[in-house]
Amino acid sequence: MDLTAINPVVLIASLMVASTPILLAALGEMVVEKAGVLNLGVEGMMITGAIFGFSAAVETGSPALGFAAAILGGMAISLIFAFLTQVLLSNQVATGLALTLFGLGFSALIGQGYVGIKPPATPRLDLPYLSELPVLGRILFRHDPIVYLSLVLLVAIWLVLRLTRAGLILRAVGENHDAAHSLGFKVVRIRVLAIMFGGACAGLGGAYISLIRVPQWTEGMTAGAGWIALAIVVFAGWRPWGVLLGAYLFGGVTVLQLNLQAAGLAVPVEYLSMSPYLITILVLVIMSADRSRTARGAPASLGRVFHASN
Amino acid sequence: MNLLKPVLAAALALGTALPALAASDGEKTKVGFIYVGPIGDGGWTYEHNQGRLALEKEFGDKVETVYQESVPEGADAERALTQMALGGADLIFTTSFGYMDPTINVAKKFPNVKFEHATGYKRAPNVSTYSARFYEGRAVMGLLAGRMTKSNKIGYIASFPIPEVIRGINASYIHAKKVNPDVEFSVVWAYTWFDPAKEADAAQALIEQGADVILQHTDSTAPQAAAEKAGNVYTFGQASDMAEYKPKPRISSIIDNWAPYYIERTRAVMDGTWESVDTWDGIKEGMVEIGEMTDVIPEEVRKEAMALKESIASGEYAPFTGPLNKQDGTPWLAEGETADDATLAGMNFYVEGLKGDIPN
Repeated sequence: MDLTAINPVVLIASLMVASTPILLAALGEMVVEKAGVLNLGVEGMMITGAIFGFSAAVETGSPALGFAAAILGGMAISLIFAFLTQVLLSNQVATGLALTLFGLGFSALIGQGYVGIKPPATPRLDLPYLSELPVLGRILFRHDPIVYLSLVLLVAIWLVLRLTRAGLILRAVGENHDAAHSLGFKVVRIRVLAIMFGGACAGLGGAYISLIRVPQWTEGMTAGAGWIALAIVVFAGWRPWGVLLGAYLFGGVTVLQLNLQAAGLAVPVEYLSMSPYLITILVLVIMSADRSRTARGAPASLGRVFHASN
Repeated sequence: MNLLKPVLAAALALGTALPALAASDGEKTKVGFIYVGPIGDGGWTYEHNQGRLALEKEFGDKVETVYQESVPEGADAERALTQMALGGADLIFTTSFGYMDPTINVAKKFPNVKFEHATGYKRAPNVSTYSARFYEGRAVMGLLAGRMTKSNKIGYIASFPIPEVIRGINASYIHAKKVNPDVEFSVVWAYTWFDPAKEADAAQALIEQGADVILQHTDSTAPQAAAEKAGNVYTFGQASDMAEYKPKPRISSIIDNWAPYYIERTRAVMDGTWESVDTWDGIKEGMVEIGEMTDVIPEEVRKEAMALKESIASGEYAPFTGPLNKQDGTPWLAEGETADDATLAGMNFYVEGLKGDIPN
């Protein structure tokens, strides 16, 4: 066993890459749930984004266009969910599950011609000067643009939800849609927009897997990342920084346990393999042990159907 | 991550329930396949599906094939199998180790349906087992890995701690060590057959630990992509040629060729001569093939590897030939002694020199 072989700097840099898809999807889903909608279709939207992004990047040769297509793809498929749940008032849980199944099948169909193809490489965006910094430069400033984007998005969501009127309205809709409605807010419209935002984030996260992290297309390649994202939103108590912690913890422990295995640590592999799930849940549960704060976290109207005549 | 699987299985079960209601055509022989991954995985399941396609080509409209992809190993497999049997299948191939008990259980309920389980060891009057001697191919890959590594660190992405996988690790280690005594193996257990993101992470972790040759016993091409991104890292195609990563990082491959077996067994069902058997074929019979060795490998190394392959094919050399000790130093095979099939089939130990423990 040689633990010195594990370079913490390299490790942190790879955990950021490993966590980004989950972080993006979880941030989107958090906004959706803050608006009072439970969309269990994250996995389906991610995989749709993965194939849309992949195919567009391959056809155009531009990863940037690929990511744009992934955002549009995620939004488009989330619109199906929005239409069913917000207009036709279908059950959100069932519709979300259906969306996941649909996304998996649909992406497999589109992806038939893309198996075994290599996507164009996404260039790394080394920030000038900053990337030369010892230690921090390698950890923070030598990534692809999407990693930075995910962090910018996190801060933006946090600020918008906390400080702006738009954020307040979104939260009001999620807490009590009847009250929000009686104040004249367009509950359905706000929720549809939130759902589309969630779709865009999930699509981007999916494309991150197919274009950067793996990078290639295989059916079912998101392999449950969407479900992890959903769980992280809940365990993080619907707080943006909690989501960041959850996603990085999960990604980090995943990468760390593989590194520990590779370095030959004398801990049974079973424990190492379950550690990402266990540690993430444990930490987030402990963090939200303060009852009053968690109770405030869960939007009161989450998953409830809204109809204006009620 | 397994949250998804039950949901998926339930939906798939619904999907197959409908065709199951349709009456089966009495004249056609209906052959079913249960796959552990998607047919587009580029590896294990892809090759089984190639076998299915070869079957259709061989028998034309005398045969009808059905398949179900990404069936979780375990209880859900029983449901998928039951539905396939109810749907009128005459012969069902279950193509992953984890389907062993489900296959046996369902076979009990359908004595008239023939079952064939890949890579397992439990048989019944209507259940055969079949597998390929992948370890013969692994021996050749091990030799190449030992010759090609510069850091003397070889990474191995293992799936589950079952005999088939352990045989592969041992066979490649023995032959890498033979040509390069300084070689060290790092084994990472991914606990999955197919999860491209996880496989990519595992490959990445091994590369970060200094491995410059990576062997994989998982089904996707993600480790190949990770190696390509890293630069000077070599890999081998697993189960399928993975030719799109030629000439580098993929420098050779082990290809599973199931088609002849599937054709032969289906013919046996048609003729009524089907019996429960245990088939374990290797390079000699053509069930295991070695994919093209690319020019990245120096010519003399290629010749050396070909010679090893030929000697295994002709039967003059067995990959597990003594003197060999177990990991703890206890003698296993004496000089010139070869391992018998029963020991190989149940192999649950590392050979001497490998580090780390096999998970239970």
